[in-house]
Amino acid sequence: MTSHPDQEAAQREFREYCRAWLTEHRPPPAPVRLPQHPIETMTRAQLDYLQAWQRRCYDAGLVGADYPKEYGGRGNKGFQRIANEEMNRARTPFLINMVGLGMAAPTIFHHAQEELKRELLPPLLSGEQIWCQGFSEPGSGSDLASVQASLRPDPASPGDYLLNGHKVWTSLAHFAQWMILLVRTSSDHKHKGLSYFVVPVENHPGVTVRPLIKLTGETGFNEVLFEDTPVKDAWRLGALGEGWNVAMTTLLHERGAGPLVTPQGGVGSEGLAHNVQGLVSLARTLRRNGKPATEDPHVRARIAALAIRERGIVENGKRARAAALQDHPMRLPLQVKLAGGERVLGLPKS
Amino acid sequence: MSNAPYGFNDDCALFRESARKFLASHAGLDVLRRAAAQDPDPARMPTAYPSEEGWQQAQELGWIAAAIPEAAGGLQLPRGALVALAEQLGKHAFPSAAESTLGVAFLARRAAEGTAQAALFEQLLAGARATLAVCNADGDWQHTPSVVGASSPGGGLTLTGSAHFVQDAGRAELFVVRVAGPAGSLLAVVPRGSAGLSVQRDGIVDLTREQGTLHFEAVLVPTDAVLPGGDALLAESLPDTWLLLAADMVGASEWLLQTTVEYAKVRTQFDRAIGGYQAVKHPLVNAMMAIDRAKSLVYAAAHALDEGAPDALLLAHMAKAQAAEAAAFTSNRAVQLHGGIGFTWESDVHFFFKRNKHSELLFGDAGYHQAKVADLVIGA
Repeated sequence: MTSHPDQEAAQREFREYCRAWLTEHRPPPAPVRLPQHPIETMTRAQLDYLQAWQRRCYDAGLVGADYPKEYGGRGNKGFQRIANEEMNRARTPFLINMVGLGMAAPTIFHHAQEELKRELLPPLLSGEQIWCQGFSEPGSGSDLASVQASLRPDPASPGDYLLNGHKVWTSLAHFAQWMILLVRTSSDHKHKGLSYFVVPVENHPGVTVRPLIKLTGETGFNEVLFEDTPVKDAWRLGALGEGWNVAMTTLLHERGAGPLVTPQGGVGSEGLAHNVQGLVSLARTLRRNGKPATEDPHVRARIAALAIRERGIVENGKRARAAALQDHPMRLPLQVKLAGGERVLGLPKS
Repeated sequence: MSNAPYGFNDDCALFRESARKFLASHAGLDVLRRAAAQDPDPARMPTAYPSEEGWQQAQELGWIAAAIPEAAGGLQLPRGALVALAEQLGKHAFPSAAESTLGVAFLARRAAEGTAQAALFEQLLAGARATLAVCNADGDWQHTPSVVGASSPGGGLTLTGSAHFVQDAGRAELFVVRVAGPAGSLLAVVPRGSAGLSVQRDGIVDLTREQGTLHFEAVLVPTDAVLPGGDALLAESLPDTWLLLAADMVGASEWLLQTTVEYAKVRTQFDRAIGGYQAVKHPLVNAMMAIDRAKSLVYAAAHALDEGAPDALLLAHMAKAQAAEAAAFTSNRAVQLHGGIGFTWESDVHFFFKRNKHSELLFGDAGYHQAKVADLVIGA
């Protein structure tokens, strides 16, 4: 990664700007209890609060910094990472439009027609329009290419389609206006029979969104049913039958490995380190077997193991920017998703 | 160059590449196997390897000079270069005194200027192998109980007692000995061959390392061979030794992982490559992740030590703990996933398994360093 002195100076200046802006504009505590994660957003009050915050960050240039101006960005490559670091550092609320920012936006940017980019990207970045992702289907498990939801020609509108099918685990669909959709357009070939579209899911004919309740009681994700839902050919990303390749752009970014930096705040690598501190603070207030929990050897070992693990993940992120210290360019980025998923499962064994 | 992540600049990359090329031509597994076959007694095998000529060539590549300040005639590269070297040594299971000698070089760097420091730098640059002799018989990595006692009958010191778990005891020319002196702990530089000093070789599991016990019977040490600083100096310098071992484990574990992945691609069961089974894939991925976290922590800690960063000690403990865990897991899985052959001398896996086991325990195992992390994160 070569960087010019001019760019370094501009980046330093931008970091100072972010820091100052976040100090001054840090929102008051939410009037409602916020979810643990953007995709757990369940109530309208949570949505309103988080959507308003994303809008302010967008207006201040902290969201979409790396995207070109004509698509609602600021056209400053190399700035989003800095904004993310500063948002995490400031422990601000996260950006609600997670699927939009992390998956839909880079895919649209790389594969959509010019007009569609100009229409969809600005309200996505500002958080005005919420996005969801229609990849998973019931009974498919991890085999993404087994998608069955299908398109057939729309007799009422030549060149366009009608969609029928059933998507599941659709985070944020209950608030979304748009969905990125992987759909079957041919049954002749498993991978080459797939196509990629964006479709409206709010107030659109034939679309039913049903929340799925998780073990936590939250309704962060949903199932979405399509019955003869009209889909315009103009909403297609990539050629018919090229959906698999387009989906790879989405997945690459979903796993934090794509070329476009995803705007992210309040969660992320900096947030990880804070978790350990939070656990230490909690242990200080608790007693275990008649003694402060901080004196319990089991607690100490578990916290230390977690601290080592989390710091290792943070340092992986830094090392990922040093080509000379890696064996394969994707080796570290692809671990982000895995490490993040495993983190949810609990503390490492001591 | 300050912009290079972890200070790993072009000089570091060149240094690593020259080490890699040297090891590729001098330290093939065939050489290792031949050495092991020649002398199956693990206590004797590695001293003949590398040859004196090989050690001189490594010197010419600047292996030790890289850790010595420019003012003293060294190259003083960022620590990233040295851990990268240790990673390569582990990846080739290379039997040499390089890591011990580097540990002493870093200790000398932290010592106060003076005759003892200057003499150490000079001898190290001239090719002398050196090692720490600071452990008691219990293997107490706190280095608190006295190892070797001393009296000072006018002028110098007279050392009596034993130092244990001394790495490269059979081939080092210089020993940095922890001495319980009349007025507190001291670090004395004692040359091999001093009158009253005898070396007893240990039989150890690692075929690529060399270890022994030093016995001191009224060994005379002149005053100017004492490094000022005592236990504080030792404590300050140990993180460098931990990092060299951690980096070695990262390299050895990486070899085990790559070799096992290759094996899983060609070994078939039930008409398909075993690498196709999730029960084989998943542990390999877990090993990769454990190694990667260890590697990141090693380079982060190395850089933090260079910068004198406040969390350098924490990172060094984390690196040794994580590297030991990664090494234990990877070594174990490599043997198991190789199936029956993995349990035999036929497979090269055992060289790396044993080297990792040695590195895991040396200067504190994962549990020891994890407890230190808890002290720093939670409070003692």
